Amino acid sequence: MPNVTIDGTEIEVPAGITVLQACEMAGVEIPRFCYHERLSVAGNCRMCLVEVAPGPPKPAASCALPVADGMAIKTDSEMVKKARNGVMEFLLINHPLDCPICDQGGECDLQDQAMAYGRDGSRFEENKRAVKDKHMGPLVKTIMTRCIHCTRCVRFATEVAGVPELGMLGRGEHAEITTYLEKSLDSELSANVIDLCPVGALTSKPYAFVSRPWELAKTESIDVLDAVGAAIRVDARQTEVLRVLPRLNEDVNEEWLADKSRYACDGLMRQRLDRPYLRENGKLREASWDEAFGAIAAKVKGTSADRVAAIAGDLCDTESMFALQQMMGALGSANIDCRQDGAKIAGPRGSYVMNTGIAALENADAILLVGTNPRWEAPLVNTRLRKAWLHGGARVGVVGPQTDLSYATEYLGAGPETLSAIADGSHEFASVLKDAERPVVIVGMGALARDDGDAVLGTVRKLVESCNVVRDDWNGFNVLHTAAARVGGLDLGFVPGEGGRSTNAILDGAAAGEVDVVYLLGADEIDTAKLEKAFVVYQGHHGDAGAHCADVILPGLAYTEKNGTYVNTEGRVQLARQAVQPPGDAREDWSIIRALSDVLDAGLDYVTLGDVRTAMSAANPVFDQVDVASIAEWGAFGSDGAMNAAPFESPVTNYYMTDPISRASETMAECTREFVNANGERTGTDG
Amino acid sequence: MSETFAFNAEYEARAQTIIGRYPEGRQQSAVIPLLDLAQRQAGGWLPTEVLEYVASYLGMPKIRVLEVASFYSMFNLEPVGKNFVQLCRTTPCWLRGSDDLRAAAKDVTGCGLGETSDDGLFTVVEVECLGACCNAPMVQINDDYFEDLTAESFKAVLEALKRGETPETGSKVGRKGSEPEGGFTTLTAEGA
Repeated sequence: MPNVTIDGTEIEVPAGITVLQACEMAGVEIPRFCYHERLSVAGNCRMCLVEVAPGPPKPAASCALPVADGMAIKTDSEMVKKARNGVMEFLLINHPLDCPICDQGGECDLQDQAMAYGRDGSRFEENKRAVKDKHMGPLVKTIMTRCIHCTRCVRFATEVAGVPELGMLGRGEHAEITTYLEKSLDSELSANVIDLCPVGALTSKPYAFVSRPWELAKTESIDVLDAVGAAIRVDARQTEVLRVLPRLNEDVNEEWLADKSRYACDGLMRQRLDRPYLRENGKLREASWDEAFGAIAAKVKGTSADRVAAIAGDLCDTESMFALQQMMGALGSANIDCRQDGAKIAGPRGSYVMNTGIAALENADAILLVGTNPRWEAPLVNTRLRKAWLHGGARVGVVGPQTDLSYATEYLGAGPETLSAIADGSHEFASVLKDAERPVVIVGMGALARDDGDAVLGTVRKLVESCNVVRDDWNGFNVLHTAAARVGGLDLGFVPGEGGRSTNAILDGAAAGEVDVVYLLGADEIDTAKLEKAFVVYQGHHGDAGAHCADVILPGLAYTEKNGTYVNTEGRVQLARQAVQPPGDAREDWSIIRALSDVLDAGLDYVTLGDVRTAMSAANPVFDQVDVASIAEWGAFGSDGAMNAAPFESPVTNYYMTDPISRASETMAECTREFVNANGERTGTDG
Repeated sequence: MSETFAFNAEYEARAQTIIGRYPEGRQQSAVIPLLDLAQRQAGGWLPTEVLEYVASYLGMPKIRVLEVASFYSMFNLEPVGKNFVQLCRTTPCWLRGSDDLRAAAKDVTGCGLGETSDDGLFTVVEVECLGACCNAPMVQINDDYFEDLTAESFKAVLEALKRGETPETGSKVGRKGSEPEGGFTTLTAEGA
């Protein structure tokens, strides 16, 4: 390992790194604009100049210079100071001094570094250049005069997002960043270029001129709009969530965030249920909590337990599901289900989580996708798969929907037939998996949320066993969920008990008059037409499908308003934290159920959230292991039954609208118009 | 030009030869010569569909081809006249009378710098040094250099082009290369 001297201090660094990285290891800050540790090295901003000996007697760009043994690096010499001064003066020649009206102001790399490394004035007396703004879609606002041509956005789009649509046209004074023919940047990760942009050239369109960073209260939390569980920071002013930004979590989202998770937050202020409602004479009217509870009690007490059922939705925290599960148990009902899409999963933990782990997916060398479109179901899992393809040359086979995943795939077939062929070894891809060192099979809800889902799961199990995908030191069997609440619900065992009804049986039973009371805990993605005859209690935060068919509405909280536990698709238990105060009369979900249980004589004795968590951990110790994706136990699952021949379809037909929050979001509606219905006909209600 | 662009047989063969010079999987390296071929076939400039044709021909993203095409001044992204007149106005040519050439061009073609004549015969643009300073002032018309020009000789060239003739290229004062006008001034001795 090379020994280098940095500002007089000797340090041993790993071979193959750059001078800039070596300086960082030594704790010396190097200013930079174009260099980014997750992108390729461009070396075009020249801000990272340092003095290196031996070498030519001039400053060297440290981001592109490999360290060598015996190097003496100076970052504080007169030469370096002068070089940085000069680079900064050049960068500012064409950069407008419009910080007071720039949205980047206060969190701008250029602003900060001009303060730290710049000079007090400019000797440039000519006119600055002006550049026309470019259209990049509904999320990214451009003020291209501010661009300093670091090309971070170009490299991100090309390398990470896999949509090579951004580029730098022209050269020198006339260079401009643009998308091809100024089309929208068609990626689910497009807004990450906003974070990457070191200046105010690419800023957030929905957040334009909304707030200054120092006005915001920042809360570190967890995203729940897909099952990835990305680490986020919720920026709020008073009761309003103004924006959501990614936080670093190498194991889950690195430092990226998908567009829906970032921009659905305006949906948190719309369509909210902020007080209890009661249906009287076919119409919902505002009610007090006592009235609402009274109505529920009157109905439930006259109904036998086996005619009462509960379905938990996709955004529920595990605490509220746990409380509901306890209450239903106390009432004596086994009709509970957290799989509102009817997915046939419940078994040993290893059968319903992503065993490989999100981060480890990028090491895979053969990947089989079954009934899933990861680009829409979990964009940040898709970036890992893209890495495996890009850097590791992984072969990716697809059984199910054929879509552009931003990397090369081999389409093997549409459904069960191909899956069986791979499982019994008659398909060529079986040997690809067998010969791979780190094979990965990813099963999506498109394959499991079917009537024959159990048989599909059984076939996949056969496949992973025959192809040796699960080994002592490697578990390549993965389930990719679409709902943030799902794994938590399964960990709790929020599934039908002995003789209980599953989601479809509850709905059918309600339609047939066999189920009288249905408790929907944030469940909206179900066929509510079947619930017309039943007495429906809806507890949730948005006036969506579930609330429309409800007889009693209990206003709960969205994920930014409560402390809650969520388990992501790899089985990682994570805590979301309250960022803002809830609207109106809405209450924390577990406490609503706690209060209702008193009225129903099914008393839960929890006083605080901590009590619920303690009981939850006692029920399943996995909830004790926060931020850990523990190794899940493996066992028998799936069945041998016959599969029907219908092709696998991804459950996500519109990435931008999958849940009550994103359906209420104007920004997501605009994205839907721009990307999903781009070629579709417009209806009269389109804006 | 036809609706969909494709290389003609001759250019197709040349394109394949060029691509063949690069290792397997590196065919994108051929983008510059292929754009040149495409520009010649498409009438001196590169419409969007031609850029996209080259992109799909080489299997590269469209934006990457546009980046290359917009970087080099030899690729035109706007339509140009049949005779693409590149007038050098860098210092040596300027000192030797490029302003007169510009006026001459305006007289004959009606085009100022950056303009295309109404009949589509000429586009006149200003360029930086083309590397023929010894023979200043000079212009490049399509692929050919015209050197040692005066307003009159330049006008004659343009008039000839207007008539559809092919004027003689090179120096207008009879020089073969960049040797001094009027014969050698040094190293004149026999056997020296």
